[in-house]
Amino acid sequence: MQFGNGTVALSGVDLTVRPGEFVTVVGPSGCGKSTLLRIASGLETASAGTAEVSTSRIGYVFQDATLLPWRDVESNVELLAELNGQSKKERAEKAAAAIKLVGLSGFEKHLPKQLSGGMRMRTSLARSLTLDPELFLFDEPFGALDEITRERLNDELLRLFAEQQFGGLFITHSVSEAVYLSTRVVVMSGRPGRIVDVFEVPFEMPRDPDIRYTGEFAELVGKVSHALREGHS
Amino acid sequence: MSTLAKEIPTTGSPTLAVRGTGRGPRGVAVLLGPPIAFLALVVVLWYIVSALLGKLSFLLPAPHRIFTEAFFDPKVAGDIGNALVQTVLVTLAGLVLAIVIGVVWAIAMSQAKAIERTLYPYAVILQCIPILALVPLIGFWFGQEFFARMIVSVLIALFPMVSNTLFGLQGVDKSQRELFKLQGASRWTILTKLQLPAAMPTIFAGMRISAGLALVGAIVGDFFFRRGTPGIGSLISNYTARLQGPELFAAILSAAFLGVAIFVVFGWLSKAAVGKWYESAS
Ligand SMILES: Nc1ncnc2c1ncn2[C@@H]1O[C@H](COP(=O)(O)OP(=O)(O)OP(=O)(O)O)[C@@H](O)[C@H]1O
Ligand SMILES: [Mg+2]
Repeated sequence: MQFGNGTVALSGVDLTVRPGEFVTVVGPSGCGKSTLLRIASGLETASAGTAEVSTSRIGYVFQDATLLPWRDVESNVELLAELNGQSKKERAEKAAAAIKLVGLSGFEKHLPKQLSGGMRMRTSLARSLTLDPELFLFDEPFGALDEITRERLNDELLRLFAEQQFGGLFITHSVSEAVYLSTRVVVMSGRPGRIVDVFEVPFEMPRDPDIRYTGEFAELVGKVSHALREGHS
Repeated sequence: MSTLAKEIPTTGSPTLAVRGTGRGPRGVAVLLGPPIAFLALVVVLWYIVSALLGKLSFLLPAPHRIFTEAFFDPKVAGDIGNALVQTVLVTLAGLVLAIVIGVVWAIAMSQAKAIERTLYPYAVILQCIPILALVPLIGFWFGQEFFARMIVSVLIALFPMVSNTLFGLQGVDKSQRELFKLQGASRWTILTKLQLPAAMPTIFAGMRISAGLALVGAIVGDFFFRRGTPGIGSLISNYTARLQGPELFAAILSAAFLGVAIFVVFGWLSKAAVGKWYESAS
């Protein structure tokens, strides 16, 4: 991927995500991870190469919650269905289900400014869920959250994944988050981003939160971190 | 262990002390006290200067005379009341037109860079030319009555509406816009569901400025145009010409009061409209 100003952000990246796969991408800052998602979602077109997406139901969770501050939680969650022209009743049902799923019941009438950062992120997650996405893209959604909230949202996400079996493409800076969430970890090099290593994650779904403290888990995290460091230099 | 621990002094004045104090009656006194004291000082000085002026006291009549000889005089009070109504009408008409034209103008510019490049220079020119220089021409073209005064008001009040609205429409967060784009939202949907709501705080801030300017425009129109129902500006220039000090001051105070009222009303409107979600609406 080459931008108008000559910056080359991605080079020779070949990546496939199937339904029921949760792929995470780790890589140094500026290597083109966000660009990869933007290409996958159609917000950007690759300067060379192709992106084939076999569904129009793409959920995109941005790095920040991007809620509309004048809408309460409920109508923020309804937004995408509203833009897709669904009936009032239909989108209210979907929103209610999604809000329940992310554990925000009781906060329907709260405005974004009355929510904590984690709750905003969950609202954003719920909003994407109303699309019933077949492909779910995440751009470092939990990067700004504290460890505990982050782990809880990771667990919620895994539960959703087990329920809905979407194809997931998740970007993160945290290697342990990557290993914990995914079925496959893709490691990218510094700019221009190339794929330097791919790790299949053997732990079965649904995952026990405690696997994070096992030796096998630590070993895999170590390997990924190692590959990441190699690719950086 | 204890040999390693540094000794921490626990006496002496604290480095940081946080204490909650509500704004009780004393707080209000602290808030209102200084301005009121200042007002008292000004009034005292006013009386002194007025007394020193002696025969020339029509230049600065003693404060109580503004009431006894102007506000309490039914004829004068009636004139001022009617003039205020007229000025408010011109101001509101000018303001509403300025808001409509300004918002439409800004929306047009926000839709395409080409339109912005074509029209923005004229907004800047509008802001740069001294409108006062145009006022006689406006009277010439549009007559010297309500309509002409309204046009002056619009011209003076227009720019803040254009620039604030444009600023608000273009200030929409990029990822919010992309959120809409991902759903294939049309320009119209993006405008009505994203850009306009997001621009409301700056539009209201613009309205507050424009409302004050529309009042200035209405009064300026009065100074130049002699026909039609007189507004507060006409009264001011008449009283000045006839050296009617107390009446003049009463008219000026009324205009000032009108300005403050407009400022307060629009601040309140803004708060009612966007204060709930917008953090710093004042
Ligand atoms: N629109 C653009 N025009 C030119 N260069 C761009 C553009 N968008 C991104 N870039 C460049 O492409 C490179 C990759 O950007 P990208 O946002 O994909 O990085 P990233 O891997 O997501 O980084 P981070 O982890 O910090 O979010 C960067 O060097 C950036 O400067
Ligand atoms: Mg990024």
